Amino acid sequence: MAIFLTEQSRVIVQGMTGSEGQKHTSRMLAAGTNIVGGVTPGKGGQSVDFAKRSIPVYGSCADAVKATDADVSVVFVPPRFTLGAVTEAVDAGVPLVVVITEGVPVQDTAAFFAYAQAAGTRVIGPNCPGIITPGESNAGIIPADIAGPGRIGLVSKSGTLTYQMMYELRDFGFSTAIGIGGDPIIGTTHIDALQAFQNDPDTDAIVMIGEIGGDAEERAAAFIKANVTKPVVGYVAGFTAPEGKTMGHAGAIVSGSSGTAAAKQEALEAAGVRVGKTPTETADLMRAVLAVEEVGV
Amino acid sequence: MDLMEYQAKELFARHGVPVTLGRVIDDPADAAAAAAELGGRVVVKAQVKTGGRGKAGGVKLAATADEAVTKAGEILGMDIKGHTVHRVLLAPAAAIAAEYYFSFLVDRANRNYLCIASTEGGVEIEEVAHTNPDAIAKVAIDPAVGVDDAKAAEIVAAAGFPVGAEGVVRKLWDVFIAEDASLVEVNPLVKLADGTLEALDGKVTLDENAAYRHPDHASFEDKASADPLEAAAQEKGLNYVKLDGSVGIIGNGAGLVMSTLDVVAYAGEAHGGVKPANFLDIGGGASAEVMANGLGIILSDAQVKSVFVNVFGGITACDAVSNGIVQALELLGDQADKPLVVRLDGNNVEEGRKILARANHPLVTVVDTMDGAAARAAELAAVAAQN
Repeated sequence: MAIFLTEQSRVIVQGMTGSEGQKHTSRMLAAGTNIVGGVTPGKGGQSVDFAKRSIPVYGSCADAVKATDADVSVVFVPPRFTLGAVTEAVDAGVPLVVVITEGVPVQDTAAFFAYAQAAGTRVIGPNCPGIITPGESNAGIIPADIAGPGRIGLVSKSGTLTYQMMYELRDFGFSTAIGIGGDPIIGTTHIDALQAFQNDPDTDAIVMIGEIGGDAEERAAAFIKANVTKPVVGYVAGFTAPEGKTMGHAGAIVSGSSGTAAAKQEALEAAGVRVGKTPTETADLMRAVLAVEEVGV
Repeated sequence: MDLMEYQAKELFARHGVPVTLGRVIDDPADAAAAAAELGGRVVVKAQVKTGGRGKAGGVKLAATADEAVTKAGEILGMDIKGHTVHRVLLAPAAAIAAEYYFSFLVDRANRNYLCIASTEGGVEIEEVAHTNPDAIAKVAIDPAVGVDDAKAAEIVAAAGFPVGAEGVVRKLWDVFIAEDASLVEVNPLVKLADGTLEALDGKVTLDENAAYRHPDHASFEDKASADPLEAAAQEKGLNYVKLDGSVGIIGNGAGLVMSTLDVVAYAGEAHGGVKPANFLDIGGGASAEVMANGLGIILSDAQVKSVFVNVFGGITACDAVSNGIVQALELLGDQADKPLVVRLDGNNVEEGRKILARANHPLVTVVDTMDGAAARAAELAAVAAQN
């Protein structure tokens, strides 16, 4: 088992015929993802040839779902088409939509999140690397060769810190790693992932990576204290970020005295989460946790 | 992008929100004519993108045109929380009956919009939240519905605003939605002696991701106040933030770069408090050109003593990054005169390290781990600072 994405997942790619969509579809296929179709308006009936398979293109999500029974959509369309693409996937009844696109206007995200929530569709992202269940399926752009399957769950706002942490702990491997994105509004939160990992029998321990901006980490800390019995180690980026400056991610900003890394670290530690000062130190904390689990102390 | 008060008021006026635009000047000599035009008695207000202007002495009443010149002269050039005042707004002094607080904002936690309104305006809302929390109304807004007549009535009733305020609420909502704002704040929203409402101040944050829908927003950019290095980086399409330390940073991915800054500051504690000089995310691609542009910006920062290039090759291949570094150093020639510490991991790392080893550039040191490389870069910056 894993969270949100398994080898049974039937994946379609919205924007598969574009250059990014094509490149990453090829990588996802190589990672074993069961990609059953692509969606590009106006290109229904065509197909795209990849190394081992030819993938059919549908003109709409509704057509794709009807033909393939897809239950995951990965969205690679440009920002101005993202609201429409997610809306279409929700209307087609796809239960999980992974939005890789960076640069989506926050009001568009607010609109498609509200729409998806009303329909019971889970959204991951936008502006995220997606989700990987190593050895089973990969929906997004996380490199599949960094780490194999294992029993650590990873949830992170940042893509490259996801890769870094998977690399640090590659000898242990991951049940699922999920990049939730660094935008002000995101579809799946730290709390959603923590809850799913807590309920996942194949996850023994959790790494949670946060960064400056908002109070998602503080709320996650409260959630951990009340609901998570599995060990959690944490890392927070942005201690040196100045007030009022956006640090790369649209949501990564310290406003006045709120959204600071120090406040997040403090909240996590108060909830019993060990927080590393560097990614490597965080990985070492996880090693210590797993060593204790091993000997059953 | 945060707007200054006079810019926010321009947007308000476009959407029918009652405002008095006043006059914006950058030279005290122009204050007399402006004040006379506005009726003599004016308020002179510093135009800076930070709160607490009043407390800092950036807002002053002038009874006459002559006094307006004096006050404008005092305020122009002032430093308010690190922001230099380049412009002042002159507005006619209003006959105020009551001061309210009003805002629409993106509610990150609830992933919808929130209206915050209070009859206790004119002071910082955080202060009201502390001293009189019951005076603050918070009304959630469903993005699928927005602010319709019913929602506007709900807001006005919850806040205790006078009947008839619904129209202004709806117009401020128009500003929020039509301009792709993530914040529209009016403090104070005043009731004038005649009972009508007016936005006496305005704070607007525009969503830069929506810039493609608003070509007119580009004119709000404050190029005069921008840091020259940040302006140069922006022209080259680089995601750069200037800081005040001595280790230049280049990395890929916002999270990893933020982390790199922290790790350098952490390592720098052992070297007398060495700190990062900047944030620079070169993103997924690391072509020679992007690398050269990034290095060029960082090396033109006189405070920089060493540079740390920290790349995790996810999609990006490390050999491409290494080729980028080698070619960038060739392109920069003598301009490249600071030591570079490079840490590479991930996709094609062996080949990447080989390329750097073969190039054997005298300025480049390769260190295998992120923490080790940060320590080395901090040490090099500390040593260079002593020489």
